[in-house]
Amino acid sequence: MYAIEVKDLIKNYGSFQALKGISFNVKEGEVYGLIGPNGAGKTTALRILSTLLEVTSGSIRIQGIDLRERPEEVRRVISYLPEDAGAYKHLKGREYLKFIAQFFADGEGAKVLVDRGLEIANLGERIDDKVETYSKGMARRLLVARALMIRPKLAILDELTSGLDVLNAQEIRKTVKSYAGQGTTVLLSSHNMLEVELLCDRIALVNDGLIVAEGTPSDLKHRYEAQNVEEVFVKVVQR
Amino acid sequence: MSSLSKIIRKEVKELLTPATLIPIIVIAVLFGSLGGVFGGIDEAMEEAPRVAIIDQDGGLMSQVAVAVINFSAEIVYDGDDVQEALNALDEQDGVSLFIIPSNFTADIMSDRPGTIEAVWIMKGAGIMDSLPGASVESVLMGVDHAISFALIENNITDNASLILGPTQLTESTVFKGKTMEGISPILISSMMSSQSFVMPLIVMMVIIYAGSIVISSMGTEKENKTLETLLTMPVSRTSIVFGKLVGAAIVGLLMAVIYMLGMSYYMDSLMGTASFDMEQYGLALGITDYALVGISLFAALVFALALCMILGIFTKNYKAAQTMTMPVTFLAMIPMFVTMFTDFDTLPMAAKVMVFAIPFSHPMIAMRALMFDDYVLVLSGIAYSSVAALLVMFAAVTLFKKDILLTGKVSNSDRKSKVPLVALLQTIARKRRK
Ligand SMILES: Nc1ncnc2c1ncn2[C@@H]1O[C@H](COP(=O)(O)OP(=O)(O)O)[C@@H](O)[C@H]1O
Ligand SMILES: [Mg+2]
Repeated sequence: MYAIEVKDLIKNYGSFQALKGISFNVKEGEVYGLIGPNGAGKTTALRILSTLLEVTSGSIRIQGIDLRERPEEVRRVISYLPEDAGAYKHLKGREYLKFIAQFFADGEGAKVLVDRGLEIANLGERIDDKVETYSKGMARRLLVARALMIRPKLAILDELTSGLDVLNAQEIRKTVKSYAGQGTTVLLSSHNMLEVELLCDRIALVNDGLIVAEGTPSDLKHRYEAQNVEEVFVKVVQR
Repeated sequence: MSSLSKIIRKEVKELLTPATLIPIIVIAVLFGSLGGVFGGIDEAMEEAPRVAIIDQDGGLMSQVAVAVINFSAEIVYDGDDVQEALNALDEQDGVSLFIIPSNFTADIMSDRPGTIEAVWIMKGAGIMDSLPGASVESVLMGVDHAISFALIENNITDNASLILGPTQLTESTVFKGKTMEGISPILISSMMSSQSFVMPLIVMMVIIYAGSIVISSMGTEKENKTLETLLTMPVSRTSIVFGKLVGAAIVGLLMAVIYMLGMSYYMDSLMGTASFDMEQYGLALGITDYALVGISLFAALVFALALCMILGIFTKNYKAAQTMTMPVTFLAMIPMFVTMFTDFDTLPMAAKVMVFAIPFSHPMIAMRALMFDDYVLVLSGIAYSSVAALLVMFAAVTLFKKDILLTGKVSNSDRKSKVPLVALLQTIARKRRK
């Protein structure tokens, strides 16, 4: 069984077609990346897979569950991290994790989740400060912790590290990678083509609502005789 | 604990902080004193008031009195049947019936003030409704002057206090089918200013405030993408909608209670001198009446909040949310001004229909209507607002499942309202959010 099966997915915003029929499969435990420039349609695809937007046409299965027919069940196995997301500003970091955890487990179970979240966020004493006082990197770590602490079957992470400095970005990538090894499938998007080489098992290059190439980073580099994924992208798009 | 109650707890916790409560209390105190200012407004002048006269005396002094009244007012009835007089006044928009009892002249001649019985016809208790007493005050003063003049001119008495006050007035008022003995319309009006002024104001403020809570909560959640997170969690859409509505409604009702306490404190201190026993005139409200007012307010509030939720669905961010409160503000202000300044009963038909159609009107007019046992108006108002609230709530839940929730429509500028009170409330809501 695939963790994700997407077939001929089309998404229209009114008369504008943001996804023009994309198909891809992701195996369980894989880290799969949607890579492409701004406006390619990555966020649109991830929002649809997170049950946030309606599907125009096509079929989607998450962990074997038909997304269009049973979105509530899909919501039980996924965890979505929006790009540029914030947390409730009036809450402290710890309170935010508790607030989220209570929707997934009760009592002791929730405590286990929160403890795991605290570990991932790794914010030290600042975890007891209000979220509004956090830097961008700290806030992102808190949100990644929120997304991963519940050990979802599928984590959907939009622009995982955008806007973060090198150190913060690297730390977050490490965390994600280690969770992928523990039974969580990861679907992420990035416009940073170098980052995905470090992180993803397989990638799909998205341009203008279409997947223009797919494979492991080394596969793709080999296939297009390129030094890195960025070069692959340029070659694919220019052809 | 259900996820609904978790969401409600989150909303209430977010809203109930000292920073949000203090401005509410300050405003309650401020408007409490304002209520006093308006409580004093009573009269509007009118030309040639229409009155009826029943002269049971026919003596010298009563002839003087009738002559003066005849000179400065339009007499629509002059006879001896009280019911006929009242009917004539009713038909011709008259303001009062003066009865001059049979011993009027005799009393004055024997050094006692003569009694004139005035029966006032009161139409409405709104601030702008003109009161019958005001327009004939000068008529009665004229009567006094003329009698004083006659007393001095004819050397009838040298009793100074009689000369200065040759008549005394006993008053009763007919209002909405009730005859209330021994009380003037001015007193009724100022006693009821707590209903005519305070209730509409409180309802309006609560609706705008709670409404802007819902809209800005939607705007903020969208801006921070916390809404997206919430929507991808195992929480039903209905729980999210209801959680937000109930959370804001709890805070809104709490706010209403605080305002009412503030108002009643100021009302009490104002009314200390002219105390007036509502019970005596059958105006007191029972537990059922208060419950009906509460239900009416709740239905209007749910309608307002569900409407705001829909507006919130169309906003893109917090800034846009601010401008979205405008339609609700307007909807709340129309019935507020209408019911504050006039009485529902004195409105023309078209205005009645419009006021009735806005669910916010009903809690504003409920109290006064219940004092006069107008259960039909109150119950039909509650039924209508409840149906309207359910429909809008259903629409909100339906829209919550659509793309529009996340893609939004309105994202334009941060416009501040030109209406000062609204701008103030907006600023408070904005501060609270920051
Ligand atoms: N709500 C919307 N309404 C209309 N067009 C949209 C909307 N959201 C995104 N788009 C368009 O869809 C395309 C894909 O956007 P998006 O999925 O955000 O791209 P990416 O995440 O790859 O940068 C863009 O051209 C964008 O302008
Ligand atoms: Mg994007």
